[in-house]
Amino acid sequence: MAKKSLIDRLAILADAAKYDASCASSGSVKRNSMKTGGVGSTGGTGICHAYAPDGRCISLLKILMTNFCIYDCRYCVNRVSSNVERARFSVDEIVQLTLDFYKRNYIEGLFLSSGIIRSSNYTMEQMVEVARKLREDHHFGGYIHLKSIPEADPALIEQAGLHADRLSINIELPKETSLKAYAPEKSGAVIRTAMASVRKGIDDRRTDIKERAKARPKKFAPGGQSTQMIVGADASSDRDIISTSATLYTGYKLRRVYYSAFSPIQDSSADLPIIRPPLMREHRLYQADWLMRFYGFEQEEIFEARRDGMLDLEIDPKLAWALERRERFPVDVNRASREDLLRVPGFGTKTVNRILTARRHTHLRLEHVGKIVRSLKASRDFIQTIDWHPARTLDITDLRSRFLPKPVQLELL
Amino acid sequence: MYRASLASPVDFEGWRTQARRFASLRIPPADIIWQVGEEKADLFAEDSPALPSRAAEARVVKVPKAFMQMAERAICHRDPQRFAWLYQLLIDLQANASALSDPLNEAAGWLKAADAQIRRDAHKMRAFVRFRKVAERDGRDVFMSWFEPDHRIVRHVAPFFVQRFTGMDWTILTPDACASWDGKSLTFAPGADRSQLPGEDAIEDQWKTYYASIFNPARLKVGAMMSEMPAKYWKNLPEAELIPGLIRQAGEREGKLLAEPSTPSNIRTSRMGNFFADAPEEDLSTLEGAREAASQCQRCALHACASQTVFGEGPSDARLMIIGEQPGDMEDIAGKPFVGPAGQLLDKAFEAAGLDRRKAYVTNAVKHFKFTPRGKRRMHQKPNAGEIDTCRFWLDLERSLVKPDIIVTLGASALRGVFGKAAALKDHRGAFSDLGTGARLIATIHPSYLLRLPDRARAAAEYEKFVTDLARARSLLDVAQHSVARLRAERSK
Repeated sequence: MAKKSLIDRLAILADAAKYDASCASSGSVKRNSMKTGGVGSTGGTGICHAYAPDGRCISLLKILMTNFCIYDCRYCVNRVSSNVERARFSVDEIVQLTLDFYKRNYIEGLFLSSGIIRSSNYTMEQMVEVARKLREDHHFGGYIHLKSIPEADPALIEQAGLHADRLSINIELPKETSLKAYAPEKSGAVIRTAMASVRKGIDDRRTDIKERAKARPKKFAPGGQSTQMIVGADASSDRDIISTSATLYTGYKLRRVYYSAFSPIQDSSADLPIIRPPLMREHRLYQADWLMRFYGFEQEEIFEARRDGMLDLEIDPKLAWALERRERFPVDVNRASREDLLRVPGFGTKTVNRILTARRHTHLRLEHVGKIVRSLKASRDFIQTIDWHPARTLDITDLRSRFLPKPVQLELL
Repeated sequence: MYRASLASPVDFEGWRTQARRFASLRIPPADIIWQVGEEKADLFAEDSPALPSRAAEARVVKVPKAFMQMAERAICHRDPQRFAWLYQLLIDLQANASALSDPLNEAAGWLKAADAQIRRDAHKMRAFVRFRKVAERDGRDVFMSWFEPDHRIVRHVAPFFVQRFTGMDWTILTPDACASWDGKSLTFAPGADRSQLPGEDAIEDQWKTYYASIFNPARLKVGAMMSEMPAKYWKNLPEAELIPGLIRQAGEREGKLLAEPSTPSNIRTSRMGNFFADAPEEDLSTLEGAREAASQCQRCALHACASQTVFGEGPSDARLMIIGEQPGDMEDIAGKPFVGPAGQLLDKAFEAAGLDRRKAYVTNAVKHFKFTPRGKRRMHQKPNAGEIDTCRFWLDLERSLVKPDIIVTLGASALRGVFGKAAALKDHRGAFSDLGTGARLIATIHPSYLLRLPDRARAAAEYEKFVTDLARARSLLDVAQHSVARLRAERSK
């Protein structure tokens, strides 16, 4: 069999990587190339260099080292039993591709993942070698995100953390029972243990920095760790997903949990649904996730009125919660605490900060709030200002219908 | 009317010196015409009169730091009124130092909006500049790019490119100004046009292949792409020419995936079958074997959320065994017992009692961390009776393998772990009982109880009692040691 050209393999191994939602290149240390004379810088927020027509940003070169795999995870296009076309990059090819793309300002860095070949340790060694070469041989200062292989030796994970900005391990399915059914070789416990060792590395680095114990704090994944869950491949409810997220966020200090709507894959397995990706459900899960992380909501609150454990697809979870808890409204924009303002539908964290600043100058009227938020549509029924009170609006039984998108007239056939 | 001339459209220093002088003399904004260059800005402009010499009344002009940073950026804006707006705000700031955050101040509103636009424009330039390799010079790659920013931001953004692409020579051409870097210095030149950009770079084909392959046709969201990558940028992005085709074919490609019958497993799986050999047989006759077996334990529901089984730690022939309740957050992460705050307190008390923790076997009644997520932390939850009883399997195994002379239980859960039924700490504390296995038991409190006591005096008293209990364990150890020695001496006679 003739070896496929680089460009053909790039097509295969980028296609195989597109099911990973992660693209972040943010949250690492500030770095630039002024001292090394190489290329690459990081710091603060990452840059999205392009957007694909799926609305996703392209920030990192996201590829698999190989899509050969000895595992048979049913939801995965690269599982051993799939007939998908296979390919492999050498370490040097990945290094070259990354540098070529980076120098043309196409990308912020590399996100390298891989199917598992030969053994977990062999696969991890190869990936670490890519990162080592980029850092040490080429003084590459851009972003590197490595996928950790769960069963790999902790010494290899330590090496990975030394070179990479971020490490991630995908839990993929929220419940242990689903993992057993769909990913027979994967174990939630092994994945959580791996996440624990990454958190320990991150914690140790923080301690070094805080205590200034060492002149040079241990280098370890300054961009933290993340994970991903697939939405809609198994029967897990939104509550199961968010509750697993809460467990992972609190346990392993994850920067992000990504939710990836299950997409139909080439050569899909017979025991999985063939569905259009549930994009709205994915979107609502992200919103619920943000409520937990930035708005002070606990997972029980988000689901308290959702008997079937599923989020409302028609309205966002904060509005759904507010409609159930009308006794907490209207919130007085001029007096309420930050916590209460954060609970107002349509108020984001930036809006709340601006309100807190603005009300030091003047008693806010509705028009002032209107200048601060993009639109009053979502919030006006839940707030009061010196010249506005929603009066009896909050008593309307059918308040929810006001927030639904307008019905669309269908075409005659 | 005073006329203020600026050296260039982005002459911040010129604006600053003149604005400072005008403001110190309280010249109202309406009396100044700002213009770039020396030409008369409008038909009716007369020559600028001399400034009044009111040096005695001149005031010191002060501004917040944030204003300076934003003003320097806002000078890049294409709004012809930018100098006047900034001067207006400067005057407002003299009357009210916090005018910048006043939602009713019009000039502050303009500055914030202009600043946001500049920052977005700069961000898009950092994102959408595409370099083409044009040559190699003295072992360095030479790159070029053509870009059309909305505002005059080249000088403002160039340092970013210097810090990122230090190791290559590059030039960014734009209609207003060009920036070049040769590895040593950054230079600027007047604007250029697109024709100066060479047309070919082989790597662009790889990039386009990547762009087309990473796109998921089942997730078409054109609006989301357009809002972040507006069409005005497309003409300078090599990948953008693929967009219409990708959108057109998306529906068909998704339809094919949805209609594709799912395939039965292919043959390769069966060959993989023996790769995952069954787990080795459990060997519970050694402590190491027991530890290995416990790492797979799923006897109760606690394994589903915890990171790992936290088994006991210490010499397999330890004469002293310490039993706590269960691992906490830090123990769960490290996989070792008593490494968190309670563990540190235990170490301190051990030392005070004259004991060496490294010689003791330290374990817990329950081997998995039980918690509930709250905000950003995992809140410890007490194990219930059923969980303690289920986990006794492992505790009994540890006791039978280590065969300690003395067992110290910390808290009520550990006591239940030893007795297998509810036992009140106050009935057992201080006294020591014979467990019938040749081991003696000393029951005391759990060190985390001390950490929770708010009253310092009481915490100190309780700590003393705790050390006393541990000291009693030490004296019992000494007695046992002594009797063993005596037995050995008698035997050797």
